[in-house]
Amino acid sequence: MYFNVRKQETGLKITKDEVDYVAHLARLDFSEAEKSKFTSQLNDILMYMEKLSQVDTAGVEPMSHAISLQNAFRDDIVKDSLGNDLSLSNAPEARGPFFRVPKVIE
Amino acid sequence: MILSRLTIHELQSLIRTGGATSSDIVQSVFARIEEVEGRVHAYITLMKDYAFAEAARADQDIKAGKIQPLTGIPIALKDIVCTKGFLTTCGSHILYNYVPPYDATVVQKLREAGAIFTGKTNMDEFAMGSSTETSYFGITRNPWDLDRIPGGSSGGSAAAVAADECIASIGSDTGGSIRQPAALCGVVGMKPTYGRVSRFGLIAYASSLDQIGPFTKDVEDCAIMMNAIAGYDSQEATSVPMNVPDYTEFISRGIDGWKVGIPKEYFIEGIDPEVNEAMQRAITTIEGLGATCVEISLPHTEYCLAVYYIIAPAEASSNLARYDGVKYGFRSQDSIDLLDMYKKTRSAGFGAEVKRRIMIGTYALSSGYYDAYYKKASQVRALIKRDFTEAFTLCNAILTPISPTPAFKIGERMDNPLQMYLSDIFTVSTNLAGIPGISVPCGFTKGGLPIGAQFLAGHFEEGTLIQIAAAFEKYANIEKRRPNL
Repeated sequence: MYFNVRKQETGLKITKDEVDYVAHLARLDFSEAEKSKFTSQLNDILMYMEKLSQVDTAGVEPMSHAISLQNAFRDDIVKDSLGNDLSLSNAPEARGPFFRVPKVIE
Repeated sequence: MILSRLTIHELQSLIRTGGATSSDIVQSVFARIEEVEGRVHAYITLMKDYAFAEAARADQDIKAGKIQPLTGIPIALKDIVCTKGFLTTCGSHILYNYVPPYDATVVQKLREAGAIFTGKTNMDEFAMGSSTETSYFGITRNPWDLDRIPGGSSGGSAAAVAADECIASIGSDTGGSIRQPAALCGVVGMKPTYGRVSRFGLIAYASSLDQIGPFTKDVEDCAIMMNAIAGYDSQEATSVPMNVPDYTEFISRGIDGWKVGIPKEYFIEGIDPEVNEAMQRAITTIEGLGATCVEISLPHTEYCLAVYYIIAPAEASSNLARYDGVKYGFRSQDSIDLLDMYKKTRSAGFGAEVKRRIMIGTYALSSGYYDAYYKKASQVRALIKRDFTEAFTLCNAILTPISPTPAFKIGERMDNPLQMYLSDIFTVSTNLAGIPGISVPCGFTKGGLPIGAQFLAGHFEEGTLIQIAAAFEKYANIEKRRPNL
């Protein structure tokens, strides 16, 4: 993998290129200065996370919720909903019954 | 008599005997806000006109003999719970103008119990922080020392109660965000069991950990607030359909014959010596109440922070994907296309700590790293929960410190995120296991800063916590002091 090679070279948990890639996934943009600061801070944090590799978790079922509930069903009864006007009331831009956004394709 | 200084139960008896009206109480609280808010900055938004109008209405109800448990009582809400028609910012630029079209269930329940809202309190942006320094709307100061932080993320709610800028308040706790500021501000704070209080209308940070709870001036008030907000809500899929006891019944039961666990992993090097002394005095107090303190072990304690700072950011990265500049809140202008608009909006709308956690979470969930981080953390989480289950076969409740140090100085930890995360070392395990916890004042440092003790109990054992905390509060007889504001 591209990133693994880079990491062996630098000895870092996360490289600046990888920060770039993750930022794109998260739909965030950073300046060069921010990127350098983040790369170093994220490295410190990820180094700390390394602790977990000490724990033997063989056969342990991952836990996603503290209280196990089965499906939360309710009767299928139609109730009042927010409606169009209220749903659009906080929109930065709306036209008619729609949210308005910048162009998606040419 | 200054009404803003009193507790819910004291004000309730005054209301019932005609000693004070709701309007008197609201007047007193807003006079106090006028006096100290410029220095404390506990609130983002004040609801003064609304509060006075509601007080007049409450006084009509009182005259008509319709008195609910919170009738006429001024209560502040953390700016993370949605209030219909009132600005709800979550401490963020990205929601700087958001006016929810609906109320959170907890808001509705408090309204039904007669509460009057004073305003929306300051908080770390999206509840991510331990000091209330990351709010877009400025910092909150600790009423006991204005050069220090009030704790976080619910720092505004804690400071408002400590400074008598409300009678009680609502906060949220994902990794200690109620208990830690309660301890640092010298008030009572409870994080209920996951599923006990509805999260409907709570702006999500980490959905498997978030829980709403009260800040109060004493344990009896905590019981009264829990009575009002606990219970099943069909609008919230993780809300648990279980009966809620009357928590005030646990107040004077005592803890004679109880076993209280002292986990050895929580009494480590690095705890401030004055915090440690206060904890030793707390142990003596508990034994003086006829309980036995027993040493227990929670072997996975040292991994709690690492697990928390993977799981919480992972859930946050997913929850905060909704802030895209389309449906509500801030939108960056001058974008060339949709993707550019998303990136510009999110980069300008979120603060540094929120972006840091979104990055950690996105990384931990990304292809190739999921097993090493998120899956591993979820497995260790199961072991942490098992530690508690085993511990509660040996004791009724557990006693630990809340924060390794008293309130630290403003700015002290802002440049070192990892050091800031270490502030949560004694609180995150509770959220990972889903159990309830309460923070109770247990003394002061020589410099006059409050110290808190934490009690923990098994799932849905909030009554147990009220019982031990009330007994402790009564018997420890912590000196009654007020912040010198």
